[in-house]
Amino acid sequence: MLELQHINYAVADKEILKDVNLVIDDRFVAVTGPNGSGKSTLLKIVMGMIAPTSGKILLDGVDITNMPINERANLGVSFAFQQPVRFKGLRVKDLLELASGKNYSFNKACSILSEVGLCAKDYIFRELDDTLSGGEMKRIEIAMTAARGSKLSLFDEPEAGIDLWSFKSLIHIFENLYEKTAGSIVIISHQERILAIADKIIYLKDGRVEQYAPRDEVLTRLNVMSPGCAILDEKGEKAERAAKSVRPLKRKEG
Amino acid sequence: MDAIQKNLLHEVAELDALPVGAYNIRTNGKSSARNTTANIDIESYEDKQGLKITIKPGTKKESLHIPVIISESGLKELVYNDFYIGEDCDVTIIAGCGISNCGGEDSRHDGVHSFYVGKNSRVRYIEKHYGEGTGAGKRLMNPETVAELSEGATMEMETSQIGGIDDTHRITRAKLDKNAALTIHDKILTNGHQNAIAEMRVDMNGDGGSCDIISRGVAKEDSYQEVVLAISGNAACKGHAECDSIIMDRGVILATPQLKATNVDASLIHEAAIGKIAGEQLMKLMTLGLSEKEAEDTIVQGFLR
Repeated sequence: MLELQHINYAVADKEILKDVNLVIDDRFVAVTGPNGSGKSTLLKIVMGMIAPTSGKILLDGVDITNMPINERANLGVSFAFQQPVRFKGLRVKDLLELASGKNYSFNKACSILSEVGLCAKDYIFRELDDTLSGGEMKRIEIAMTAARGSKLSLFDEPEAGIDLWSFKSLIHIFENLYEKTAGSIVIISHQERILAIADKIIYLKDGRVEQYAPRDEVLTRLNVMSPGCAILDEKGEKAERAAKSVRPLKRKEG
Repeated sequence: MDAIQKNLLHEVAELDALPVGAYNIRTNGKSSARNTTANIDIESYEDKQGLKITIKPGTKKESLHIPVIISESGLKELVYNDFYIGEDCDVTIIAGCGISNCGGEDSRHDGVHSFYVGKNSRVRYIEKHYGEGTGAGKRLMNPETVAELSEGATMEMETSQIGGIDDTHRITRAKLDKNAALTIHDKILTNGHQNAIAEMRVDMNGDGGSCDIISRGVAKEDSYQEVVLAISGNAACKGHAECDSIIMDRGVILATPQLKATNVDASLIHEAAIGKIAGEQLMKLMTLGLSEKEAEDTIVQGFLR
């Protein structure tokens, strides 16, 4: 369980997050809101990449507010960057090995990469440098975070820049993570189809939590706020599309 | 051979036993083991220190090891090794120098390696420099490599110096004939108060020639690195030089790529970059559970792979 108590964050007098209080104990929580509302900052604060100006972060009751990134990682927090980092000389295999720890094997790397639509044979020895496209880097980043199978996996806009890879495959990864691990997934997204599979949605606006409620409640409010295409709505297609995309996630037994 | 010498041999040539093929192991200024093959001949010069190595035309898939190890404090030597490689060969040459200096006097190895590569031959050349020891005496190396590539010849050089050498000035000069190709991958890591200067100068004199020089350096603590990558395109040829460095602590790096074209059909490119390890690179590896120090080491190790 992740608990944020009175989190504030300001840079040069500009308040980015304002008194954020959240208790996250659901399996799949989406964070949404307008650009600049503080979504990425919020997740970076949870990972320890940014220190809050004030407030407390508790993971399973342990105060991790002042804990360095790697100690949080070892406690079971993972983070998929919105813009994956490139390394000259480090290969896909090196990072997958670090991500998987003792559980690394070629077969595991193969199945993880194939989930993101990449063939291990072609990619495992590739350097994570600028010879890989943005889309390829993004898929590897998602694969790496999925490989950790952590207690708490944070994804910063995984859908951004996934090029030709089908969106369906991305949803499938989260379904798999949901099924195979007992951990929680917190994901920043603007995508209706990702929001539609969340248990709960956090709606951030101007650095404040405007709403944190079960999916349907937040989606209803969002639809009211941005009605979308009037013609489609008239035909009832939007509602139908949304209904189709909602598939209940299966929980891991036990 | 004692334990120190065995370790040096392992570090510079990855040898734990005598290698297969031709070899000459030079220990503290003398040849301590040698083997020649039907195709690779090794002779000692009588008027100077060094070897004349002759590789017969058509020699394929053979290797030659010529490591130099120095474990005697205060030893200074200047060695000339000349390699005459016939036409249509395909050989691997593994050189390298390891110095262990636990004494108070400077130990120094200066070597000049000259390669004359015959038509259409392919040579892979690996050279590692390594130093160790806690004595006040310095470990110094000044190697010079000269390569003349005949028509259609290819040479791939992999050179590295990963710590332990206090002062080095390495010079590499190459001349390329028609359709000859040269690649150089150089890696260097300096720390403490080490100084390392590397000069690589390539003249492409024949049409269809190509060269690709990639130099990667990491300067830690108070060390100083200077690298000059100079390519002259004197024919219809292609040249690329890339110099990429990570600067840490109080290190100093001076990178100078130089391109000179004397032919309108010469196409030359250089890239040079110096920067510290990016904060987001450290963060990414820390999110995978590494401490900041472990993350830094992993990044440097990968960069110099």
